[in-house]
Amino acid sequence: MDMDWMNAPHSMGTTIIGVTYNGGVVLGADSRTSTGMYVANRASDKITQLTDNVYLCRSGSAADSQVVSDYVRYFLHQHIIQLGQPATVKVTANLIRLLSYNNKNTLETGLIVGGWDKYEGGSIYGVPLGGTMLQLPFAIGGSGSSYLYGFLDQAWKEGMSKDEAEALVVKSVSLAIARDGASGGVVRTVVINSEGVTRNFYPGDKLPLWHEELPLRNSLLEEASSEAEPMHP
Amino acid sequence: MGGSYGSTLRYKSVQRLKPIGKHTLLGAGGEISDFQEIVRYLDELILYDNMWDDGNSLGPKEVHNYLNRLMYNRRNKFNPLWNTLVLGGVKNGQKYLGTVNMIGVHYEENHVATGFGNHLARPIFRDEWHEDMTFEEGVKLLEKCMLVLLYRDRSAVNKLQIAKITEEGATISEPYAIKTHWELEAFKNPATGAVGSW
Repeated sequence: MDMDWMNAPHSMGTTIIGVTYNGGVVLGADSRTSTGMYVANRASDKITQLTDNVYLCRSGSAADSQVVSDYVRYFLHQHIIQLGQPATVKVTANLIRLLSYNNKNTLETGLIVGGWDKYEGGSIYGVPLGGTMLQLPFAIGGSGSSYLYGFLDQAWKEGMSKDEAEALVVKSVSLAIARDGASGGVVRTVVINSEGVTRNFYPGDKLPLWHEELPLRNSLLEEASSEAEPMHP
Repeated sequence: MGGSYGSTLRYKSVQRLKPIGKHTLLGAGGEISDFQEIVRYLDELILYDNMWDDGNSLGPKEVHNYLNRLMYNRRNKFNPLWNTLVLGGVKNGQKYLGTVNMIGVHYEENHVATGFGNHLARPIFRDEWHEDMTFEEGVKLLEKCMLVLLYRDRSAVNKLQIAKITEEGATISEPYAIKTHWELEAFKNPATGAVGSW
């Protein structure tokens, strides 16, 4: 019997995504944290607040991503006190980059920084494994992202509205969950714009059904679900 | 019904339950190609048995013994069939449930499982299984365990089949999916008390 999972580190496998739209950004993530093949937490929150206006999507090692985000939050708060105004997304992303790059041999975490500031509006920065920093119109990360490259190449468009962007994020994470064993659970989104921050929650049983997925029912002994079919995209 | 390829949930309609002859049901975890080969061996065994046309038929105990020999001999040649097999059946009113795995470990028990089921389902069985359950109670118990496995086993997919074997024969249900529960208050904002963590 394979018992390696009992000693495996907590990894967030994960699907994370950040998308800009005309007015701000939408960040999205799944909620599965695994220890080897065991799902240690099926409802994790991988979108972490750094400041009022900048959030971080975490993937890879749960421990490494938590400690990096804790350090950056700490430095950022000091920076804000000194600066006298809210932090910009670029400064936040650069702080993340400094930690990821200078500790590249020890750390194993891929991060997506997203937020809104008065200079640039909404912006998304990807900071993958080695500490590269790239400003992008949209970014994907985590093991589930492999399944999204083709999909987003086709589906992402410039100048989406807030609702279109959020729908795209939910659809993307949901598709990745369908195929990546290391992603699962609920889809969490965070919308950040000039008006503030909104957190949303899409439970696993309300996500669309994809290929080979069946409508949910209470039991073999009862007839098919009395609930309406989940939304069709 | 899932068939993973590493961490990818590659195939979602894999048949992992098969009837063997009139009296037995076989289910497997592990390598699907090896299971399919085992089913071929067993179909051949049943065929040759039928060709004697002597009114006898192989029952679950016989099939279990055959599989045990098969798995153990392959293990001794360092070329195992990478499966954990679950075998159930009824013959002449006698119920049977047992398991054989890739190293040849085999036993009979009132509840058996493969993979993560050993860790997550069997404790529930130990608490809630009892002699003389009805079919409905059995289904409810199995579905309860499958739900836990769906939440907690990374390689699980939400598509299952329930199979039943009685003196009359074997039936395997059509694939279906079960409801999952995500709307617990604690799930909505888990990091409120501890910003930056889970």
